[in-house]
Amino acid sequence: MQRYSGFGLVKHALSHHENWQRQWRNPTPKKEYDVIIVGGGGHGLATAYYLAKEHGITNVAVIEKGWLGGGNTARNTTIVRSNYLWDEAAALYEHSMKLWEGLSQDLNYNVMFSQRGVLNLGHTLQDMRDIQRRVNANRLNGIDSQVLDAKGVQELVPIMDCSKGARYPVMGASWQPRAGVARHDAVAWGFARGADARGVDILQQTEVTGFKILDGRIVGVHTNRGDIGAKTVGCVAAGNSGVLAKMAGFNLPLESHPLQALVSEPLKPILDTVVMSNHVHGYISQSDKGDLVIGAGIDGYLGYGQRGSYSTVEHTLQAIVEMFPIFSRVRMNRQWGGIVDTCPDACPILSATPVKGLFFNCGWGTGGFKATPGSGHVFAASLAKGEMHPIAAPFSIDRFHTGALVDEHGAAGVAH
Amino acid sequence: MFHIYCPYCEEHREEEEFHPKGQAHIQRPADPEACSDEAWGDYLFFRDNPRGVHHELWVHAVGCRKFFNITRHTVSYEILETYKMGEAPTVTAKSVSEKDKQAGVQAATGGWQTVGARPESEALNDASNQGARV
Repeated sequence: MQRYSGFGLVKHALSHHENWQRQWRNPTPKKEYDVIIVGGGGHGLATAYYLAKEHGITNVAVIEKGWLGGGNTARNTTIVRSNYLWDEAAALYEHSMKLWEGLSQDLNYNVMFSQRGVLNLGHTLQDMRDIQRRVNANRLNGIDSQVLDAKGVQELVPIMDCSKGARYPVMGASWQPRAGVARHDAVAWGFARGADARGVDILQQTEVTGFKILDGRIVGVHTNRGDIGAKTVGCVAAGNSGVLAKMAGFNLPLESHPLQALVSEPLKPILDTVVMSNHVHGYISQSDKGDLVIGAGIDGYLGYGQRGSYSTVEHTLQAIVEMFPIFSRVRMNRQWGGIVDTCPDACPILSATPVKGLFFNCGWGTGGFKATPGSGHVFAASLAKGEMHPIAAPFSIDRFHTGALVDEHGAAGVAH
Repeated sequence: MFHIYCPYCEEHREEEEFHPKGQAHIQRPADPEACSDEAWGDYLFFRDNPRGVHHELWVHAVGCRKFFNITRHTVSYEILETYKMGEAPTVTAKSVSEKDKQAGVQAATGGWQTVGARPESEALNDASNQGARV
């Protein structure tokens, strides 16, 4: 792998940047791999990367039916935070946060992780009580988190309407300074490049059409490019996880919904942090390019169409303009939808399945991007050992039968 | 934007008047106390989530406020029928696939496009060729 550096940039400038190495190969599938990862998004590529890097398992294929990071990895609002209420969820997201902090160096790839802080606003007394509870829980778990009052919020974000005259006045917020945003494509590409350099085959435009199961054990997958054998298969397919599980003969407690986001035309720097509001339901940050990145809630109905409804756009922008009257004349540039696999308790599923050797990493719902490195890290360890990593263990499918849910609904800063 | 026919109001109204309420025809176990943990967990949490024809419950929230059922395709989002509570759907995944078969059309799977990745080329994969102009 060609390492990137300032010196390299100068060197390649001399040859007019025409000799950069391809970041990953486009290999022909082998007949057999040690591990197959189904799904070439951030989580799947991170899993492959950590399998190769930390566990020495390099005979790995990542099978992706479209192109790398073309699903939810490219369709989110890039917010990274770890201020979750429950110990299990906090451990998982904080594990991820710690990996984010060294990720660019680790991958030798600039993922543009910018720790500009995240505000989760409170607009009612109950919001503020929940925020205090969550902040206290965060601090007990060693996660940086503070409660701010309206004045504190106003100082951080002078352009926000924190007056008492607002329809839903801002009463305060939780503030996580280490949180921030990252460049979503670079995350997928960085992990892909790192995995490929260690020998992982990344197979794009290869769609899994079925699983080969023998006596309750996985032996491989059927794809549109022929059958591929493997003793361990990890599915990391977000919105389509339920479809894959049905192919393997079992059900998952998931529902796939469209979640959309939109960006405005580029503006000069105006917002240097991330603002999320559960109550009026909108979240916003400004990208390095200058466009405002805006997201909100899911469409309530099931959908696999990767597009959202107009009414959701309207509600989202109402919330944004309510908080930021200054943005009322900003024009929106692009809008898109992703398919999120929501779980009843708003926590992911990292689990073994009724089929031996087949593992699922799914159910991240609306908040998976922030967990990309942590999810890949613990899932890789689980695949390598054949049993779930201690951080992943509470997120087993069994919890929907034992009742040991990790109920993050309403506990997370925003409806994820 | 959906244009939904409410079977009680007997007219088409726009989506904003309605709320989706999840999968239709879920039967509450007759004797919940006698349920195993598996059966109860399945009833509470496990849903069909199909990529295709789906029967779902909606409520005409700012209209007649009555619940009714919609059969809808989850990829094309096409509403195939709406029907009252207690009625059985006439359009199902099976009936749709059979109709498609008779008409000689392939069932719509849509939504995903496989463009963007470059076609396979040995020249691109050749390690000795790495760094060369391609």
